Amino acid sequence: MTELSEINTEARRARMGLLARAPEDALMALWQKYATPPRFEWLRRPEIGGVMVRGRAGATGAPFNLGEMTVTRCSVVLEDGTVGHGYVQGRSKPKSEAAALIDALMQTAAADEVRAQVIAPLSERVQADHTRRAAKAAATKVEFFTLVRGED
Amino acid sequence: MYVAVKGGEKAIENAHAWLAEERRGAPDVAELSVAQIREQLSLSVNRVMAEGSLYDPDLAALAIKQARGDLIEAIFLIRAYRTTLPRFGYTNPVATGNMACDRRISATFKDAPGGQVLGPTFDYTHRLLNFKLAAEGGDPIAPEAAPRTEPTPHITEFLKGEDIIQDEPTSDETPGDLTREPMEFPSTRPLRLQSLTRGDEGFVLGMAYSTQRGYARNHAFVGELRIGKVAVEMDITELGFAIEIGEVELTECETVNQFKGSKTEPPQFTRGYGLVFGQSERKSIAMALVDRALRWEELGEDNLGAPAQDEEFVLSHADNIQATGFLEHIKLPHYVDFQSELELVRKLRREAEERITPKEAAE
Repeated sequence: MTELSEINTEARRARMGLLARAPEDALMALWQKYATPPRFEWLRRPEIGGVMVRGRAGATGAPFNLGEMTVTRCSVVLEDGTVGHGYVQGRSKPKSEAAALIDALMQTAAADEVRAQVIAPLSERVQADHTRRAAKAAATKVEFFTLVRGED
Repeated sequence: MYVAVKGGEKAIENAHAWLAEERRGAPDVAELSVAQIREQLSLSVNRVMAEGSLYDPDLAALAIKQARGDLIEAIFLIRAYRTTLPRFGYTNPVATGNMACDRRISATFKDAPGGQVLGPTFDYTHRLLNFKLAAEGGDPIAPEAAPRTEPTPHITEFLKGEDIIQDEPTSDETPGDLTREPMEFPSTRPLRLQSLTRGDEGFVLGMAYSTQRGYARNHAFVGELRIGKVAVEMDITELGFAIEIGEVELTECETVNQFKGSKTEPPQFTRGYGLVFGQSERKSIAMALVDRALRWEELGEDNLGAPAQDEEFVLSHADNIQATGFLEHIKLPHYVDFQSELELVRKLRREAEERITPKEAAE
């Protein structure tokens, strides 16, 4: 039981992270294509705020405050009582609403459908963007070669 | 004495209307969109985010448009906006070792694991104006190669194995926050780093350059410079666990500096650290040099009286919004102040003349 809930938490963490980072247009396009949004009530209406991002001195030492970033959050409750939370980067209330509804739906019988139609393609898109940048970086990696010096 | 304090409203209104017209420029030239600024002037956007101390590329681009490209004015707009945001919390420290590196170079280790990755750099360009850009830039496409999938380790990790570089004192102490409490001296390294990362690029650069020219002589190598995206994770109370709430592009610089040793420490290398929002290479190298210079006391070095060793001097003057505010306020009406000074100078002048005149009369 504990193991199962740990697996569920890990999957939810990954999902929420994906929803937070995903480009708004990509998420909204998939979300709008996915059936009609479920009926819900607000537990917390979308709210724009800042969080202070921290770093560590020398990457591994004492923490310090690096600067803030914008975040939008909200919480919803579906008719069956399932609660969903949306925490997304930036200042988009529609994006946070979609993220909260997806978080809620993923805890219901609709999970497989939402995963197939929204989460999986979104994850592929984000991964593809990531891989393309890594591929461009790889093309700029220096391949050193040593010249033979004519000293003798 | 009567001083006019009202009457400027119409002039101010018209001045702002003209400002709006000038901002737009010639109407037969296409208007810039915020997205164009965000995408095509991204290094300006990065500077505004770093010194505005708020990571939001769209807002920074809007600020640049509103400020007509005056970056310090744009930073001012971002700082003002920032104060209106409710603070949801503090993130866990970002793990820069997991950065998806666009660029990663070392001036100290040619064969560092992960390699020398140049990224989209101005280095090795000839700094000749490219007149092709004045016509049509086109849509250039960068070559690709097999992407690296594993994380790129920090280079200082390899030096640590040999115990020849000073370890960063580990701690999970809650750092002070400049945006909540005013700076007090003596300060702490976390507060210095916060101040430097949001400090004016020109000022931090000048301070760093002074250390290279001999004012606090700490000869620095760039041990590592990396630029890329890092996930930002925060504990969410209502969930009871941490989630990623986004990702930020960062530039990180670690310098390696010679250190002859002190009474308690053997000769070894020491470190300076720079971490800045966005692709901000010059700023993060400069930050690392100034950070290192300010660590003289902690490392048991001599105070050479150099400006870059004086934390009160550096940190009190690094913020361009504070500096601009104080500098530019002197252009605003000071009629009453000036009237009293005028009276004083007239009086002194009269007294001086009276002292001279009787002498002349006697001759």
